[in-house]
Amino acid sequence: MGKMNDDLVHIKDGIKFIPGASAIVAPLNKIINWGRAGSIWPATFGLACCAIEMMVAGAATNDLDRFGIIFRASPRQADCLILAGTITKKMAPVVRRVYDQMPEPRYVIAMGSCACTGGMFDTYAVVQGADEFLPVDVYIPGCPPRPEALLEGLIKLQEKIMQEQGRWSQFA
Amino acid sequence: MEPIRIAHDLEENFPDSILGIHEHMGQVSVLVHAEFILLMCMFLKGKHRMNHLNCLCGVDNLTRKGKFIERFEVIYQLYSIDNRTSLRLKAQIPNSAHPAIDSITSVWTGADWLERETYDLVGIAFNNHPNLKRILTPDGFEGHPLQKEYKLRGDTEWSGFTELKEKAKQLQEFDFNFPKVSKGGDLYD
Repeated sequence: MGKMNDDLVHIKDGIKFIPGASAIVAPLNKIINWGRAGSIWPATFGLACCAIEMMVAGAATNDLDRFGIIFRASPRQADCLILAGTITKKMAPVVRRVYDQMPEPRYVIAMGSCACTGGMFDTYAVVQGADEFLPVDVYIPGCPPRPEALLEGLIKLQEKIMQEQGRWSQFA
Repeated sequence: MEPIRIAHDLEENFPDSILGIHEHMGQVSVLVHAEFILLMCMFLKGKHRMNHLNCLCGVDNLTRKGKFIERFEVIYQLYSIDNRTSLRLKAQIPNSAHPAIDSITSVWTGADWLERETYDLVGIAFNNHPNLKRILTPDGFEGHPLQKEYKLRGDTEWSGFTELKEKAKQLQEFDFNFPKVSKGGDLYD
């Protein structure tokens, strides 16, 4: 056993390479988190003007695909909900339903002032921040945020996913 | 026919219902009593071929600085596609706890949703409307937001949103990674 451990090539904290077998040994947490962080699939759900910036972020110049971020047309296939725009109280139950339809693991990004806090619409018709009815993971300020800001928000979400522990079993 | 002559023709036919005729920048407005609005619209559509209702909206004059006659007005923007003339009617609604005016959906069907919007936001009811219910604000909403005494944040929370917040609280136990023991305060408080 001691001999075997000496042969393993240390790559990173907790990750080792077995030379003879062309295999990598790592904790399940790290492997799963690495896989998830590299394949964030957001549901296509634009609520207002921020959606335009979200589309720009997905298009050629910024190209979210290179991070493995591919927009999905159905919440069933998505694991991230980007709230891009003003959430009116009339729309809020629909937003919640889209979130409820997403399978675990699922994450929520509040994009722009309106989704974060209600923004300038401190009125009877607008939800004062998506966190009133959804667990938000990342808040992106701006009105609207530039595509670079959305990109940074998604990278922050990747960092958050990489630090998760045991989000792959009820018993972990 | 010139818009101003249409206005005078309307005055000749409804002498007791016209409160004034104004012309500004070539646009003619006629201030009228609300009582015979349906007959006036039928007259204008029939004789002057006002076959298109451009717009219909309500006005609350409560905090208006200039002079005004009644608190609530309904404004009809009429247009004749054949004659290329337009005319504006400003119907003055008698002051009451439940302001109301006759519906003109029987003249222009397109007035249906415009009247519903006016009812929803300004609170003016339309008699004989086929389906007078809210159109922009959600079901169960209370109050009429464009009335001047309506507060910006509203008087009461919409019941549907209160229910949603309750539902979000109930569902949070099914969130996978949600901490079972809350540390100082609930997530949605």
